[in-house]
Amino acid sequence: MVKNILNLGDAAIYYDFGDQINIETNRKVINYFNSLKNLNLEEITNITPSYNKLIISFNLKITSFLELKEKIQNIKISTENEKSFKKIKLPICCEDDFFLDKERLTNKLNLSPEEILKKFLNQEYFCYMTGFIAGMPFMGNIDKDLRIERLKTPRVKVPKGSVGITEQFTNIYTFESPGGWNIIGNTPQRIFDPGNKDKPIMINPGDEVSFFQISKNEYEKLNEK
Amino acid sequence: MKNNFFEVLRAGINSTFQDQGRENFYHIGLPFSGAMDNRNFVISNALVNNEDNQGVIEFAYQGPLFEFNGENISFSITGDVKFKIIKKDNTIINGECYKSYILNHKDKLDIISTNKSIYGYLAVSGGFSLDKILNSYSTFTRANVGPFDGKKLFLKQKILINKINPQLQSKQVKYLNSKIEYIRILKGTNYDYFSKEGIDNFLKKEFVVTKLTDRMGMRIEGPKIENIKEKNIRSEGIVKGAIQIPPDGNPIIMLSDHGTIGGYPKIGVVISADYDKLVQFVPNSKIKFKLIDLHEAEKLYKLYSLETENLLNQVK
Repeated sequence: MVKNILNLGDAAIYYDFGDQINIETNRKVINYFNSLKNLNLEEITNITPSYNKLIISFNLKITSFLELKEKIQNIKISTENEKSFKKIKLPICCEDDFFLDKERLTNKLNLSPEEILKKFLNQEYFCYMTGFIAGMPFMGNIDKDLRIERLKTPRVKVPKGSVGITEQFTNIYTFESPGGWNIIGNTPQRIFDPGNKDKPIMINPGDEVSFFQISKNEYEKLNEK
Repeated sequence: MKNNFFEVLRAGINSTFQDQGRENFYHIGLPFSGAMDNRNFVISNALVNNEDNQGVIEFAYQGPLFEFNGENISFSITGDVKFKIIKKDNTIINGECYKSYILNHKDKLDIISTNKSIYGYLAVSGGFSLDKILNSYSTFTRANVGPFDGKKLFLKQKILINKINPQLQSKQVKYLNSKIEYIRILKGTNYDYFSKEGIDNFLKKEFVVTKLTDRMGMRIEGPKIENIKEKNIRSEGIVKGAIQIPPDGNPIIMLSDHGTIGGYPKIGVVISADYDKLVQFVPNSKIKFKLIDLHEAEKLYKLYSLETENLLNQVK
């Protein structure tokens, strides 16, 4: 299942699940992540799942690469967590103030704004991972006709709540941040809440997300940010 | 009973509450954060008899100016820092690092600046009266996580201090923030993405720390490190100390507040034992790397931990 195990520095283990970026590989990563997390090992300080990798950070004071690698190599992998995957529906406003890359996308994709939105809203997106900035979900896969590269020059500030697309993926900027994804709209929903101790984030790896369109008026009413 | 508190008369450039850091939230996008220079952090607490993970104030370059209100407390400052105490009657005491002092009602503490280093630490006896956010006192400003909604210190802020009977006898320890010649690294997971000449440049030549250096990362500039494979990789988890080479060829070293996912090839990772030294490099200083192996890195970390233990034992 794991293709390769390396050290990443002296305080992390790097698990490579292979080159394929698809839901099947990602589920293996997430199942491993959850199984390891449930063991609550004191020496593990962080576990970071991504499309096809798992990084396990550990406390070098109490263990080492070889020792921990040995210890977790044959843990039992449970698929139990798959039962807790949620389906989430999020409001999105795609009016001009929020559809920042309307012109670029219509030109590059050769589609009308209506066609772009129809294709985007028509799909459920699987959350592969969260991170980079707090709570940001990396989701896919978007319609083949919408696939486009990142902006040549990233924006210095992408507004909070922006929904972006690039390649086969879509994401949500949970905080104002620099970024190079093509912005298609904005959600008023708060995705990350540090005050919520049990569930600071709304979208977890494995969840499926779909968007429904709202007007600017509705956006203002729903705005939680 | 009246409270003990600091009133902020000047916030400083980047003053935040920090502790050992926040664990187990990488997967939702929260880095460790925590004190950048861990050794100086633990010594600051030891000098005022605190447990070793009490929250402290970390400052960078220019530090804060406080007025103290309440009954006596003791405090300590660690790092390489210029500071003074302005007593109520306006007499001035020039402060020394690695030594505890008493503050009385209406005394001021002026943390003027760090010298040839970036970070310093202020600990108070009993600790600051703060709420833990997601299990830690550390501040991660980018996601508003930490005490006071994860903000930096601000003007006129009142910071409550837990009431305890402070030790009145001064404590101190001898410690010199020595510089090191090399930052030692291990091979990164994409070491083979770079040309032989690029790797030679990386390991044999000098780099300069740029102004684009903060708690998130350190950008350095130097000779070209040519990528002969892929300029980007699939985004994946990353760790502090990882050295990424973006398409422009200038290395970025991930520091304690780094983004938890990265998409650039990693040429190396700074060893844990050298991290405290690395973060103190000021812009324009020269930096050189040395490649070692994992076994050596682990030995050096044991040595680093032992040295820290020894220092804590010498606090008296």
